[in-house]
Amino acid sequence: MPDARHSLSARVIAGDTSALARVLTRVENGDEIGRAALERLYPQSGKAHLIGITGPPGAGKSTLVNEMIRAYRGRGAKVAVIAIDPSSPISGGATLGDRIRMTEWHADPEVFIRSMASRRFGGGLAQNALAVASVFDAAGFDPVIIETVGTGQDEVAIARLALTTLLVQVPGMGDSVQTLKAGALEIGDIIVIAKADRPGANELVRDLRRLQTLTFDEAIDTASWNPPVVKTSATTPFGIDDLIAAIEKHRDWLVASGEMDVRRRQNAATELASWIQFGLLRKVAGEGADSDRLLEQVERIFLRQSTPQAAAERLLNELRRAGG
Amino acid sequence: MADQQSPRAEQRTEHRSIRILVAKPGLDGHDRGAKVLTRAFRDAGFEVIYTGLFQTAEMIASAALQEDVDVVGLSILSGAHMTLFPPIMAALKAVGREDVLVVAGGTIPEDDIPAVKAMGVAAVFGPGTPLQTAISFVRDNAPIRLDSA
Repeated sequence: MPDARHSLSARVIAGDTSALARVLTRVENGDEIGRAALERLYPQSGKAHLIGITGPPGAGKSTLVNEMIRAYRGRGAKVAVIAIDPSSPISGGATLGDRIRMTEWHADPEVFIRSMASRRFGGGLAQNALAVASVFDAAGFDPVIIETVGTGQDEVAIARLALTTLLVQVPGMGDSVQTLKAGALEIGDIIVIAKADRPGANELVRDLRRLQTLTFDEAIDTASWNPPVVKTSATTPFGIDDLIAAIEKHRDWLVASGEMDVRRRQNAATELASWIQFGLLRKVAGEGADSDRLLEQVERIFLRQSTPQAAAERLLNELRRAGG
Repeated sequence: MADQQSPRAEQRTEHRSIRILVAKPGLDGHDRGAKVLTRAFRDAGFEVIYTGLFQTAEMIASAALQEDVDVVGLSILSGAHMTLFPPIMAALKAVGREDVLVVAGGTIPEDDIPAVKAMGVAAVFGPGTPLQTAISFVRDNAPIRLDSA
């Protein structure tokens, strides 16, 4: 074992960029060194504001993040970005193309952008996304911005990890009935209308605000948070300062209302459940999802000799008998 | 540590993807080759960070560092490789990533290849190179990275 002062985690705390880059890889891969580093770094985390950004592919999330980096750098903040793109369900490979919108920060040591493949984890996230965010947090970055995979109507996992979730919408994606549907639209703490220089932006703002009044007129409650709708454009540009102000306001509200700790506990519960699921699957299936035990049950389900539910129950019972 | 015994075996069993940066240095706007390679690497199971056109040496080095890639792929069709590659290799060294495997593709004349390799570029894939050749080379030569906790 090397001297603890020169350990990867100590170098991360000391602001060593190479060590940070290495630890992120190790933590992302979840290997032994990554787990050890995370254990040392985790107690130092919990200070940064975690901002989640979600919305459909091509909505302009990465471009918006780039503008947010500019605004936060103007305020002297040290900014980390985790940009997640999907892994191929076939090859396991990925094209990570968010960074292309954020290349202007290459000379700024206070901006760290890391691309992450989803590695087939659902919900627009990656299994280790929050672990990676905790490393950035411990290294003194604040805010830490997590850009999810381009999502549709139902990928809402980010809201369980982030402290402030931005839902990005663009004009021209459908009529006002879309805004009535359950799912993604319910999770935004702030709704961002990107590309608001385009036609239809004002109509979309109107539809979203009307939707909110459908809810909030019933029980006007000044203590609760009414998600603001903020128009932004990166071409003109406008709206970014309004957005940063809205994020700050939301952060203040989280603290004042006590919701901050509610969310942090919620995040802890979500992560815990996710890792239990991950660990259980590994235990039940053995290493890798194509173990013999699993394949045997798959075959039984395929032949209609067992329901998927009963097969799962059998595997879990085997685990219990094995004392696992 | 397990990865001091048989690193390549460990890499395989952990299904760790090779991370590769695909960048186009300089001012030529022909990115089809880079996109074809990006797609091929993705389909080979690599995680490809695509930074696209007009990348300076410093941008490439900064991305290689922050993304902690194993491999940098440079695509160039401007003919300026003899001018553009040396500062890229220097910038990678400056950020402490001289260990990264650098490969190049595009229109690099046969006569220049020895000089390009002398700069530290491990392989040059000219027009007509089968995609599998590039994939196999990267897979066989991507460095094994060791750390201590």
